[in-house]
Amino acid sequence: MTIDSSPVKFTPALPGQPVPEIATISGGRPVFRAELPDGRIAWLVTGYDNVRLVLVDQRFSRALAVAPGQARPGFEMFAAGSINGMDPPEHTRLRKLVASAFTARRVEALRPRVTGIVNQLIDAMLGRPRPADLVAGFSLPLPAQVICEMLGVPAADLGQFHAWSDTIMADWQRDPGEIMTALAGLYGYFGALIETKRARPADDLMDDRLSEHELTVMCCTLLIGGHETTANQINLSLLLLFDHPGQVATLRADPGLIPAAVEELLRCSRLGGLPPARVTTDDVQIGGVTIPAGEQVMPLLGTANRDPSAFIDPDRFDVTRDAASHLAFGAGVHHCLGAQLARVELQEAFRGLIGRLPGLRLAVPASDLEFKPGMAIHSLRELPVLWDQP
Amino acid sequence: MSRWKVSVDKNVCISSAMCVALAPDRFVLDEQQRSGPVEAEIDPDEEVRDAAASCPSEAISLVDADTGQPVDLD
Repeated sequence: MTIDSSPVKFTPALPGQPVPEIATISGGRPVFRAELPDGRIAWLVTGYDNVRLVLVDQRFSRALAVAPGQARPGFEMFAAGSINGMDPPEHTRLRKLVASAFTARRVEALRPRVTGIVNQLIDAMLGRPRPADLVAGFSLPLPAQVICEMLGVPAADLGQFHAWSDTIMADWQRDPGEIMTALAGLYGYFGALIETKRARPADDLMDDRLSEHELTVMCCTLLIGGHETTANQINLSLLLLFDHPGQVATLRADPGLIPAAVEELLRCSRLGGLPPARVTTDDVQIGGVTIPAGEQVMPLLGTANRDPSAFIDPDRFDVTRDAASHLAFGAGVHHCLGAQLARVELQEAFRGLIGRLPGLRLAVPASDLEFKPGMAIHSLRELPVLWDQP
Repeated sequence: MSRWKVSVDKNVCISSAMCVALAPDRFVLDEQQRSGPVEAEIDPDEEVRDAAASCPSEAISLVDADTGQPVDLD
């Protein structure tokens, strides 16, 4: 089969803007070549089965996608040294070492601590004037504090991490020099912390089966991965919930529905812009075309999560549906390491916010909300909220 | 070397497809995207060991077919 067409221009929708109808861009083709905003040519893959194939099949390599010589946006420069930019078997060895700390069972044991942090943050919000900024007061400190405690990082250093993380989670719009400086800062910080820890071992994630370099990069990965992502999943979920007050009332009446609601919120939110790319190791047939070896491929997760063949009436937001098979955490060897932790954090966050802040709502028109520019994920600057006085 | 019995607890499986990616000949997803073994008893296989050790929900059970003891996942 030959490549039948020249690439179509593709710019991911800006945060807060409507998503363009993908079928219109692609001419109805499930897999098509596109020219991205930074000039890269990539195959974009849509639909549940096709996206899952790219995520699971090892003929789609992450290591090749971040290899030297590939054009890489900011977060890919970071991924290049981390497990996110490796293939099996290198990936498997490193991932297994940290996977045990993030299993459903281990994370469930952390739930009471997560609930404790949620309650402290809500107590603090209740003690301050309204409206409150939920980003600074809740959605960012919650995951940041949890991951810092898991890594044994002092909470006093959180402000510095926010700054590094903001730069490292950058997309194609960001100056690579800035990203390299932030990476060096973060790497240097963990290098020094690990040296101190090895002198005085404590019961946290620091592990001696990793080399100094591997451990440093792993800590950076966990901190970056477990931070802005969860914070903005909380923010974007709340924006969805604010638009559906009836469903919030349902959750308030029956908090047992919250775990299912979290899956639906993950399915429906648009957290990321362009996904991490893969590069084909062989010619691969997918969605009616053959992608030749050595080409960039991007699985558009959102199109999988809104595929009518996988989810009935996919554009309807319904916290009572079974949405658990969504691909918001990816799939395959790079399935989000922190998925189970994120689930516990999100469940406890909404249990706390819905249960303790009745009438929680935006304090400004949604059109006034600002997203940070140049981020690989849709990251709100502020989320001013009001609630009813108890 | 004795054979291994492989099973997946579908109630615990979170459909990460980690096992399918690591050992595509050994695990398969059903219509609900839950994993199961292709064959319930196999010769020792490092990819299956990796899959069990990497499963985010610890849904994969790997036991020695002779002794019934869990296989070491390290």
